[in-house]
Amino acid sequence: MSTATTVAPEPRAATPLNYLNVEYGWRSWLFTKDHKRIALLYLISITFYFFIGGAFAVLMRIHLIDPQGALVQPETYNKLFTMHGIIMIFFFLIPSIPSVLGNFLVPLMIGARDLAFPRLNLLSWYIYMLGGAFTMYSVIHGGVDTGWTFYTPYSSTYANSQVIPAALGIFITGFSSILTGLNFIVTIHKMRAPGMTWFRMPLFLWSMYATSIIFVLGTPVLAIALFLLFLERVFQVGIFTPALGGDPLLFQHLFWFYSHPAVYIMILPAMGVISEIVPCFSRKRIFGYKVIGFSSVAIAVLSFLVWGHHMFVTGQSIYTGLVFSALSFMVAIPSAIKVFNWTATLYKGSISYDAPMLYALGFIGLFTMGGLTGLFLASLSTDVQLNGTYFIVAHFHYIMVGGAVMGYLGGMHYWWPKISGRLYPEIWARLAAAIIFVGFNLTFFPQFMLGYLGMPRRYAFYPAEFQFLNVMSSAGASILGVGYLIPLIYFAWSMRYGPIAGPNPWGATGLEWQTPSPPPKDNFEQPPAVADEAYDYAHQEVGLV
Amino acid sequence: MPNAMFQNIPFHPDQASSIARSVDQLHFVITGITLFFTFLIFSTICYFMIKYRRRSRDERPANIEGSLPLEIAWTLIPTMICAGLFIWASSQYFANAKAPDGAIEVFVTGRQWMWKVQHPEGQSEINELHVPLGRPVKLTITSEDVIHDFFIPAFRVKKDAVPGRYTSLWFTATETGRFHLFCAQYCGAFHAGMEGWVIVMEPNEYERWLNSGASGETLEAAGQRLFQERGCANCHVEAGGGRGPSLRGVFGHPVRLANGLTAAVDESYLREAILTPNSHPVAGYPPIMPAFQGQLDEEQILDLIAYIRSLRNEGEAQP
Ligand code: HEC
Ligand SMILES: [Cu+2]
Ligand SMILES: [Cu+2]
Repeated sequence: MSTATTVAPEPRAATPLNYLNVEYGWRSWLFTKDHKRIALLYLISITFYFFIGGAFAVLMRIHLIDPQGALVQPETYNKLFTMHGIIMIFFFLIPSIPSVLGNFLVPLMIGARDLAFPRLNLLSWYIYMLGGAFTMYSVIHGGVDTGWTFYTPYSSTYANSQVIPAALGIFITGFSSILTGLNFIVTIHKMRAPGMTWFRMPLFLWSMYATSIIFVLGTPVLAIALFLLFLERVFQVGIFTPALGGDPLLFQHLFWFYSHPAVYIMILPAMGVISEIVPCFSRKRIFGYKVIGFSSVAIAVLSFLVWGHHMFVTGQSIYTGLVFSALSFMVAIPSAIKVFNWTATLYKGSISYDAPMLYALGFIGLFTMGGLTGLFLASLSTDVQLNGTYFIVAHFHYIMVGGAVMGYLGGMHYWWPKISGRLYPEIWARLAAAIIFVGFNLTFFPQFMLGYLGMPRRYAFYPAEFQFLNVMSSAGASILGVGYLIPLIYFAWSMRYGPIAGPNPWGATGLEWQTPSPPPKDNFEQPPAVADEAYDYAHQEVGLV
Repeated sequence: MPNAMFQNIPFHPDQASSIARSVDQLHFVITGITLFFTFLIFSTICYFMIKYRRRSRDERPANIEGSLPLEIAWTLIPTMICAGLFIWASSQYFANAKAPDGAIEVFVTGRQWMWKVQHPEGQSEINELHVPLGRPVKLTITSEDVIHDFFIPAFRVKKDAVPGRYTSLWFTATETGRFHLFCAQYCGAFHAGMEGWVIVMEPNEYERWLNSGASGETLEAAGQRLFQERGCANCHVEAGGGRGPSLRGVFGHPVRLANGLTAAVDESYLREAILTPNSHPVAGYPPIMPAFQGQLDEEQILDLIAYIRSLRNEGEAQP
């Protein structure tokens, strides 16, 4: 073997060695400790789950074209939305930016050779895959129908579907998040290059740090909630079911204690990506660096204190409602501040419309709408009408698809030349961004109206007067689906046929752009040192591009 | 069929209760705020994109650090808007939290997958709720199995039906007609089918409806019968002196518990006192009352509660 590997690269002698071509063979991937290769393992896995989860969504939207339900039985429909939610949240969105872009970029951005614990990093991926296997088992053996929220006592006593394997899958995957978070925290604390002070770090790292805190502090609570669910379902230990002496609302408290912060696990990394893209394509220092950095931390902290806003209509005391409402308004403010700062960064900039920038601007717009519609839900009296309806569905898709997925795609387009060493076709990328933006709004805007009119979510069939808006939404979904397929195709195409990118195609600041694309196995030829703030575009050499 | 899709498309839910209009006012104000800021951000971005578009590859605009006054401004403005919304919404919510005195009481039990409605007068109905126009109606809600949610969009009211406890909501209907009633908490296979109608009638018609049909005994009467049959009366002697406390006049008054605390006696308290008496025994009595958990169904519990509520002290008004 060893003699073979020394001979094999001969014909490619022209291309310098990088992390992609330094070794070949499946073992060199499955046993790699290189954070960049692990990032690609994650990329492949989450892309797989994204399209599975997306297929479920497409089936749902086709089904809902007809008020009677066009496609499947209600039981099956319930499984579709459950599997869609579980896969998209736990197996796509939560790992998306942290495990793919974060894994790839955290060491590069701070000038390190790898993460602090490379083996642990590989273990995280295996744990993720094991969790995924359990969840896929439950899909193949009939599916789950509890909703991704697993509310008790339905999930613990009444549901007749594959609750245990699905919950176990999520339970296991949680440990992968915890380990990733731990790895990032230690790496960011301990492995920054000389001169890389906290306030010289790119904001993407601040957001990764804030996200990691939530990973480490929040995920164990989800694990506890699911474990208790397991105890009750399998051993009839009375925890949540009143007939066994349990409290059904306890589960919601535990679940949302994790799952509200989880919303910020999904959105904070995207905010970090936007904070990189906007300065680069405006060629300007980001406006209010410290404010954006600290607002990430503020969001991470506050996000743990707002879970009760999911429970305003459960009959919880009105005073509890009051406190959670106030805290929920407070968590909106750091997000608003970020939006204003990004927008101000454009002022007097030199703005280009490259694909990553289009995604980033799309993010800002859609996230703004997602955030503002949150005001309806933080307000106690209007939440009563909207809770549990399509308004909620629309609101969180604006945050999680309009926000997190747009941010993820923006980041993929921005760093793809670094990851692959190749450029994708810019025209197609811009077209895809436009299609996704239009398709997204057509899919989810009507759902705000449906919710206000009173259509509850998770309905397999519905009164006929809601059909028009549902058909609009389904039409939008078909456009959105096409929009997501296009990048898959041109990214794959570019790996072989794309033009060579060079180390810094965007003329960006940041250590990751100072090393070749794709980076060598050890990231940097010489250990870098940092003397400037991040985003110092004004003093960057002209003609670098 | 395709034409039917375009007929009667609602863009606004009916405003058919006393609170609907004020909740909608807040809703529209937040809509206005949302549109304003969305427009502000979109148009600023578009304006900057055009005005500051890159004109040459070598452009290097000057750095702008940030601006403290701006940061303060755009922290304070959203904070003030949020504070205003918080106060407005919370005061509405508080004002709407407690049912007015003299509300008509109706009991609602959710179960997979239907709503059972019981009127104290004995009428019971399934997936329908008849109420009179212009009079406050208070619903006491529970569930026999999983969590459901009782939702009347036209009235802007919604409350979970939680097994093992009572929740409540109230409304005053301001328009006659039929209005959707939905389950808004996912509850299993036919969650979508757990819907029905609220029928708002003129008060005299409502009286006629209440008295029509072969309605069974009133809840109170059924409760009294159960109270005898289940042996409650053996211990709870009305005149006092039994092994348990007399239940006359307990409803609506505070009671001292053995652990030194006082509790307000409402439906939820009575429910627990009957099902799990040892969870908070009354001061001055030995904890000998048997637990009725699992022995009584939701309807029987409601009957007993209705009966105990009716045991008022002399001269006391209907609670
Ligand atoms: C063996 C005697 C016994 C029987 C039978 C009995 N109870 Fe009791 N009950 C008690 C005693 C003693 C207490 C006070 C101590 C406690 O709260 O456990 C009590 C307390 C109560 C209370 C709380 C009273 C208060 O002042 O707060 C209610 C309500 C009640 N019982 C209802 C019932 C009903 C309804 C039944 C029949 C289904 C019933 N009980 C059957 C002995 C009995
Ligand atoms: Cu939340
Ligand atoms: Cu339901």
